[in-house]
Amino acid sequence: MAIDTVLWSRLVTGMTLGFHVIFATFGVGIPLMIAIAELIGIRKKDPHYTLMAKRWSRGFVISVAVGVVTGTAISLQLALVWPNFMKLAGNVIALPLFMEVFAFFFEAIFLGIYLYTWDRFKNPYIHWLLTIPIVAGAGMSAVFITTVNGFMNQPDGFVMEAGQFIAVNPVQAMLNTATFSKVFHVLSSAYLTGAALLAGIAAFTMLRKGVSAYHKKALNLMMAVVLLFSLLNTLAGDVSAKFLAEHQPEKLAAAEWHFETESGADLILLGWLNAEHEIIGALHLPKVLSFLAFGDFNAEVTGLEEFPLDERPPLLVHYLFDLMAGIGFALLAISFLYFLFVFWKKRNELNKWLLRVIALSAPLAFLAVEMGWFYAEIGRQPWIIRGYMRVEEAATSSPNVRILFFLFLLLYIVLGIMCVLVLRRLFHNNPAELEMEKWIKEKPNQSTEKGEPAR
Amino acid sequence: MSYELIGISVLWLFLYGYLIVASIDFGAGFLAFYARLTKQDHLINRLISRYLSPVWEITNVFFVFFYIGIVGFFPDTAYYYGSALLVPGSIAVILLAIRGSFYAFENYGSKKNIVYLFLYGATGLLIPASLSVALTLSEGGFIVEQGETVSLDYWALFTNPLSWSIVGLAIVSVLFISGSFLAFYASRAEDHSALKLMRNYALFWSTPTIILALTAFIYLGQHNERHFQNMMDLWWLLALSVAFFMIAMWLLNNGRRYGLAFICIMLQFFCAFFAYGIGQYPYILDPYITIQSSATSPSMGFALVVVFIGGLCLLIPSLILVFKLFLFDADYVKGKK
Repeated sequence: MAIDTVLWSRLVTGMTLGFHVIFATFGVGIPLMIAIAELIGIRKKDPHYTLMAKRWSRGFVISVAVGVVTGTAISLQLALVWPNFMKLAGNVIALPLFMEVFAFFFEAIFLGIYLYTWDRFKNPYIHWLLTIPIVAGAGMSAVFITTVNGFMNQPDGFVMEAGQFIAVNPVQAMLNTATFSKVFHVLSSAYLTGAALLAGIAAFTMLRKGVSAYHKKALNLMMAVVLLFSLLNTLAGDVSAKFLAEHQPEKLAAAEWHFETESGADLILLGWLNAEHEIIGALHLPKVLSFLAFGDFNAEVTGLEEFPLDERPPLLVHYLFDLMAGIGFALLAISFLYFLFVFWKKRNELNKWLLRVIALSAPLAFLAVEMGWFYAEIGRQPWIIRGYMRVEEAATSSPNVRILFFLFLLLYIVLGIMCVLVLRRLFHNNPAELEMEKWIKEKPNQSTEKGEPAR
Repeated sequence: MSYELIGISVLWLFLYGYLIVASIDFGAGFLAFYARLTKQDHLINRLISRYLSPVWEITNVFFVFFYIGIVGFFPDTAYYYGSALLVPGSIAVILLAIRGSFYAFENYGSKKNIVYLFLYGATGLLIPASLSVALTLSEGGFIVEQGETVSLDYWALFTNPLSWSIVGLAIVSVLFISGSFLAFYASRAEDHSALKLMRNYALFWSTPTIILALTAFIYLGQHNERHFQNMMDLWWLLALSVAFFMIAMWLLNNGRRYGLAFICIMLQFFCAFFAYGIGQYPYILDPYITIQSSATSPSMGFALVVVFIGGLCLLIPSLILVFKLFLFDADYVKGKK
């Protein structure tokens, strides 16, 4: 099969978003962790937590840089690669895009202030207050941009006439039926992933260098956050599934390989399809899909055969869905097990196996975020604005997009490698314990440190 | 005043804001690299990184802001500029990406890497060059529309003296604005050696700036008669611009009141930039897009203006806070905080 410009356009955008979402998730999740750690540090007067906030914000700023530049890339690619889409939808989605930039602006301003004013204020709470606009700005930009994605799934707030959107109601477009479940799921998974990452790093360091007070505190704190947001995220996933069943049944049906409309539908785990589209080797959970979709074991679930062939999403999304959901439940189980060990004194929560599993959960959480987004986006095919515009009508017709794919691929490879190298250098040569000692020695004449970035 | 006119005015103001803050940033990158090559970096590097580190992200947002604003208020621009600028636009994105991330790698991560500094400096000049292509396009004559396909006529673009003079103007004015701002910053920091160096840079780059501005203006007259005539009708704005330039030169030459000199330079560019923008009215892209024909629906225009006012109420106090903490706090500038 020859690759046409439409497919190249999809590849460019998919690659950019797939790369950006890693750093966007960092960008939304980590500020909350920094804020929590700094607040505990101030309240408990425990310098370990303050050090945590400092070290995390140092790593955070590196990842933010990559997030900012890839975010800029995707915002420009919207018009460069999908000019017809922006011409049509720009009338409706300009508002949330604009608000997203404001939120991001706000975050950028206060992040700059936050990083350069450690110890500049007499009252430590003033510096901590600076984290609020950062957390809020990061969260709000996720909210606004997710409403755009919600609109593409559930277009609303306009009348279509002669190929143009008229009678536009921008607020209604933002508050479309997809928005709530999407925003909830995006935010809960970002906070979950941020916490899982930091917990994973603490566990990994303890595996390699032995248990230390700093890392033990970090692990405990972050596992608590993981547990909380795992629960919320499971709830968010459930809300999303119920939304899909009601409003986008073809996406859920494709994810579940649910071909025929029936009541009491089975939930299918893994397996594969043969040439006649029969499911082989899968695990069937009787009637669970009906329960998942409608909260009723005997409810009727719409099957994929109700939809015309050229409006069905690819069946591959089944695996993406299973992987995402599986990892979500695994994270919940791991954090639950951790606290079971903490409170049940006979077991050591810092045993090697549990630490290994926690360390592994960090990359898994990112994998789940990727899988979830790929499921959400591929599951919407062939539409770019569901029901109104197909992907092939929206893409650029310029053949140059093929060259750009490779240019951007090269860019992301370089950025990814550099980012990892810089982060490694930043933390590898400067372990927390060493920094703590140095810091305590310097404490009497702390004023020398004023205004300098936390390094 | 109709919302599309408010929209374009505000966006033009933001583009002007980006021009100033980005010039400082882009020029600083190149000057830092140049100073490193000529072994004068010990004089200015600390100065530059002290100003830039807290604000580099803000600069980037100005750009995204303008860009999202224009496709929001005028969705047709996305179609024409988007189709035509696929290659130059993507190159600008890649350069911006390299620049932004490598700044962070250099300043927050590992220290003193000449490769990072080179990338940072070189992209600082290439980005204004690639972005200025959009400005050239707006004059018309470089876009070919065949049926459903809109594409850029590279041959016309690369052989036209107007496009080259605009690129040249973008590069030298970046260095001029940046040099004069850093001279002002150095004078606040009472850093005399850096001040001397920066003042020399500013004075040096002033001449090509004014020459290329004139050249671009003359070529514009040959390329787009209508725009040229409109600008001639605004001769008093252009005269004001030149007057501010003269005052700035006089102040820089006498080596006093660097703050005032920088304000004069800002006003110089403000007058010229607005004369250029008003002269282009009512076109956004000659002859395909006018401000009226491409405006978004009234309800969206209204919503955008409302959000805009709300957003400014948040942004302006925050920007003032940044300036107070990092620009006008004498102790911070001198490196005591």
